[in-house]
Amino acid sequence: MTTLSFPIIRRPMHPTGVWSWITTIDHKRIGILYGVTAFALFILGGIEALLIRTQLIGPDRDFVSAEVFNQLFTMHGTTMIFLAIMPLGAAFFNFVIPLQIGARDVAFPRLNAFSYWTFLAGAIILNASWFLGGAPNAGWFGYAPITGQAFNPGHGIDFWIIGLQVLGIASLAAAFNFIVTIINMRAPGMTWMRLPLFTWMTFITAILLVLAFPVITVALIELMFDRKFGTNFFFTPAGGNPVLWQHLFWVFGHPEVYILILPAMGIVSEVLPTFSKKPLFGYPTVVLAGALIGFMGWMVWSHHMFTVGLGPIANSVFTITTMAIAVPTGIKIFNWLGTIWKGSLDFRTPMLFALGFIVLFTIGGISGVMHSMASSDAQQQDTYFIIAHIHYVLFSGAIMAIMAGIYYWFPKFSGRMYDERMGKMHFVLMFIGQNLAFFPMHFYGLDGMPRRIYTYDADMGWTALNALSTSGAYLIAFSFFIFIFNMVKSWRKGEKAANDPWDGRTLEWSIPSPPPEHNFDEIPTVHDRDDWWARKRGGVKHGVPVSGGSGEGHAIHMPQPSFWPIVVSIGLLVGAFGLIYNVAVAGIGGGIAMVGIYAWAFEPVNEPDEKQPAHH
Amino acid sequence: MAQVTAASHGEHEATTTGLNHRKMLMWAFLGSDCMFFGSLIATYLVYKGKSKAGPFPEDVFSIPVTSVSTFVLLMSSMSMVLAYAALTRGNMKAFRIWLASTVIMGATFLAFQTFEFYEFANHEVVVECNDPDAADWTDLQAKVGSACGSFVAGEETEVTIGEYTVKVFEEDGHAVAETTAGLTPRTNLFGTTFFTLTGFHGAHVTLGVIWLLSLFFFSFRKGGVTPKRNLDVDLAALYWHFVDVVWIVIFTVVYLFGVFQGF
Amino acid sequence: MSKFRHRSLHLLGVLLTGLLFTLLAACSKANPQSTFDTLGPVSRNQATILYVIAGVGTFVFILVFGILAYTVIRYRRRSPDDPDPPQIHGNDKLEVAWTIAPAIVLIAVAVPTLQGIFYAANPPTEARLTVEATGHQWWFEFKYPELGVVTANEMHIPEDEAVIVELRSVDVNHSFWVPKLAGKVDMIPNNENRLWLQADESGMYYGQCAEFCGESHAKMRFRVVVEPRAEFDAWVARQQAAAAVPGDPLAKEGHDLFMSNQARCFACHTIAGTQKARGTVGPNLTHFASRQHLAAGNLENTQENLRMWLEDPDAVKPGNLMSRDAAVYNGQGEPLTEPQISALVAFLRSLE
Repeated sequence: MTTLSFPIIRRPMHPTGVWSWITTIDHKRIGILYGVTAFALFILGGIEALLIRTQLIGPDRDFVSAEVFNQLFTMHGTTMIFLAIMPLGAAFFNFVIPLQIGARDVAFPRLNAFSYWTFLAGAIILNASWFLGGAPNAGWFGYAPITGQAFNPGHGIDFWIIGLQVLGIASLAAAFNFIVTIINMRAPGMTWMRLPLFTWMTFITAILLVLAFPVITVALIELMFDRKFGTNFFFTPAGGNPVLWQHLFWVFGHPEVYILILPAMGIVSEVLPTFSKKPLFGYPTVVLAGALIGFMGWMVWSHHMFTVGLGPIANSVFTITTMAIAVPTGIKIFNWLGTIWKGSLDFRTPMLFALGFIVLFTIGGISGVMHSMASSDAQQQDTYFIIAHIHYVLFSGAIMAIMAGIYYWFPKFSGRMYDERMGKMHFVLMFIGQNLAFFPMHFYGLDGMPRRIYTYDADMGWTALNALSTSGAYLIAFSFFIFIFNMVKSWRKGEKAANDPWDGRTLEWSIPSPPPEHNFDEIPTVHDRDDWWARKRGGVKHGVPVSGGSGEGHAIHMPQPSFWPIVVSIGLLVGAFGLIYNVAVAGIGGGIAMVGIYAWAFEPVNEPDEKQPAHH
Repeated sequence: MAQVTAASHGEHEATTTGLNHRKMLMWAFLGSDCMFFGSLIATYLVYKGKSKAGPFPEDVFSIPVTSVSTFVLLMSSMSMVLAYAALTRGNMKAFRIWLASTVIMGATFLAFQTFEFYEFANHEVVVECNDPDAADWTDLQAKVGSACGSFVAGEETEVTIGEYTVKVFEEDGHAVAETTAGLTPRTNLFGTTFFTLTGFHGAHVTLGVIWLLSLFFFSFRKGGVTPKRNLDVDLAALYWHFVDVVWIVIFTVVYLFGVFQGF
Repeated sequence: MSKFRHRSLHLLGVLLTGLLFTLLAACSKANPQSTFDTLGPVSRNQATILYVIAGVGTFVFILVFGILAYTVIRYRRRSPDDPDPPQIHGNDKLEVAWTIAPAIVLIAVAVPTLQGIFYAANPPTEARLTVEATGHQWWFEFKYPELGVVTANEMHIPEDEAVIVELRSVDVNHSFWVPKLAGKVDMIPNNENRLWLQADESGMYYGQCAEFCGESHAKMRFRVVVEPRAEFDAWVARQQAAAAVPGDPLAKEGHDLFMSNQARCFACHTIAGTQKARGTVGPNLTHFASRQHLAAGNLENTQENLRMWLEDPDAVKPGNLMSRDAAVYNGQGEPLTEPQISALVAFLRSLE
């Protein structure tokens, strides 16, 4: 029952129904909110892709106009990266990390909720553009000067800028939260080298987020100032240099792609051991490789700019640094193979997706090495060969791994088992579909088809392979119908899941499915990497028994829900529209946010409550 | 003990490293803010010396004036340290005095910034046509001085030189050439990058001043700020010092390097 | 069918599909913008490096895929009661091996790669011809500064000679790409980029802008006509000449309309030799009829196509600046009538 009495809003102590979701600060619920929202936006991005592919199925079509096509590919890229893959990753960080490290929640539960609602605000802002004069139309990396006021006078680019800024706030808040959580809330005995690999990769990702996002924040501020206030950052008549935009963007953009892939690699590093009944091969090396990728990712950004005219010396340096990063990536792939080698392999759906990831990500990695070579890259840059690479690493890579993670942790977050046959069908159709869609792109890219073109001539020789790509896209879409049906049906009526349906290795499998609000009745003391497996197989060294069951917790104080996170997010949402349309509205939004922040600051983390321990 | 609760009793929750969560959060945030200012400073440096038209740094900067405001900001960090020290010693009165001093000095810095921005925007170039030190003129002064050739005794003439309308007239028996050459974010690359960088720094200072002022008032509430409950002040102090350090970098890279040759 | 056999068949299917596409690639040399059809030293160098890494990559893929395929068959769990496999944690020797081996391969590949980077960046000293290519939304301007030639969308160069192309832009980022001759370099305002290329044999080569530049980016195309030196010199001579004076009455009418205040074509286009037509916003039309294509490489330069273009340029190149800014197209003035279009067509086709 919420106790709401205006004008003083009292803290909701035990809300139910919709209010309980709006005020939740429970990492598990926030994870579900992220997952469902991000998946819906993934479908939206997929529809944008289908429209693009329908336009390109043959030459000289006018299924959509040039302007709409340009908006579609811009929104497809922006949506998939910022509104689908990143928040799907966040869904997993949220749900899984505290369980894996033996914590009851994250370090800052209200900040966590704020991250979600702000992400939702960002998604609304970006997509509002469709209805308010047109979506942004200059590509997901928005190169100046075409994003400047002179060449793009409408509001589309403004929505892109502000939307990304708001999303940046959400991502930064989440990154801060996970850094502190992973450093500071590990169960006793959970040393760094006993951390589950997914948690490790999340930690590295969070550090990358903290350091990379401010750079795009500055780039977007500079672009916005040019558009709104007539400054000269990228205004060429005053000497502004468009190459500055590219440098700023890609100093962010390259770490960003590692932000997209490291969590996915983390998921694969959890699924393979579980379904091979073997530990991850070379754990310390895989951790080191992940850290190296994160670190070296800062030194390669100009490989996105090989054709910009930086000069042969710069191009050579970035060729070398980019080729170097292939080494730790290869190390990970070989260690995954080492994990399954001599294992006892179980090919249920999560494993199929993880294995598919290995094969297809390798292809993406190989085309990546091809791009790293500046000389031949001059023929590949800005063509469908790049689009092939992007989709092999991000779709056949990150999304495949995310699918593996969804099936893997489905029993844990829903408390039910998904339908295995439908899962396999989804995998098979999606696997075929993505190869049909993206593999031909290598060829028509090298056959001279540039990217971002709304049409092409019949006599270019690209027609047949484009048609093949389009058919693959539709097959992918069809496979997702099966997935959605499976998820909905199983979540409602699936067979009830046990604590540990996969005979797993990490701590989340030691507690009920779904976990109680307080996660662990007693915080475990960890003695091993893969501690849960060690306990099950009897390797407990110090004889301290830890219950894996669901005994009644005693005297556990969980933080209460709160209104203030969503209030601040609403302030940001209103303020964002104000920055685009009307300064007074921006002031109002800022005011709402400030009120929310102060109220949040004065609200204690939790309040004394007779009704504890937490109920369901 | 094995049982770690999620309850936060203010600052005393058990953590793996022993460091407080919020303190770690502040450090992580400052890391991101480093990258933020780093990108703005990088933008400034990329465009340094590339403006097509003036005013340029040597025309508008007054190192003496900015040195004073820099000193004030540095002193505010010192008073912040003293405030925190007084708090941990239990001397609430000294704490509030030092905290108020920090707020006043921070506000003073902002006042100096505002004054400086106003001056820059309304900058005028005035040169004496027969100035014996004309060799030391800045490029902009020389440009304006080239209008001196149009001097007509007893009259005020107007000459267009580039984008400036220069007035040439007699004052106190000397021929003088004068024009407005305001520096705004729109004027040139220097104006754009300078105002954006120092503007965001000023915004950070402003937020800091509001935060410190809030803490000042909050300290009057019973149990709000105590020697034991000093984390809020500690965090604000950390933020404040960071903002100060950023200013030292800006003062060096923008002001000093802008005015002294060879950089 | 058991699960692993299902999987193996799928894996096989992928392999076969891969082979099929490789074959398709080999057949695509005929395509106008194929980077496999290397007809110049720069593109040849760049393709060679691609083939080297493609070979390495194929080997790596077969290795990874092979190990995976073997593993999933050999180590599949045969029954739920199978015992736990040995809990192997790693192997340091393997870690070192599979770190060092790829590093060595990459270093080896890096050598020709870096050589290629410098090769493409530095024009040979004997290069005597420089063309200045300027990107506009959505057409390519070509100037030969030493020869006094200005044209658009069709660049002529002599066969078997190195040519330097200076790359500029007046508005947004563009990119100059003739796939059969050389990899692309971008045209960025306030930046002075350049590339060099050389064509082995005479012919007409397709080019396309390869940096997103706005609504009609897809339509910003051009041609490079490669011909023997003597013919190139003849072309230059013709281009250097002033525009032909129209003799035919319809063409004369078109000329007058071109210079009139209704059509105002002169405001944006140059026709060398005339007093009035000195505009530089749009392509130079002095020798328009000598070009094989119009509307930036999108349409063949025929009477019907020219007519179609003049009737509704926006239908050919959506958002183009002529449709946006010319009074006869943007609704601010009287649109051109059919007879007027015929006159303009006659005039433009007289500009050899």
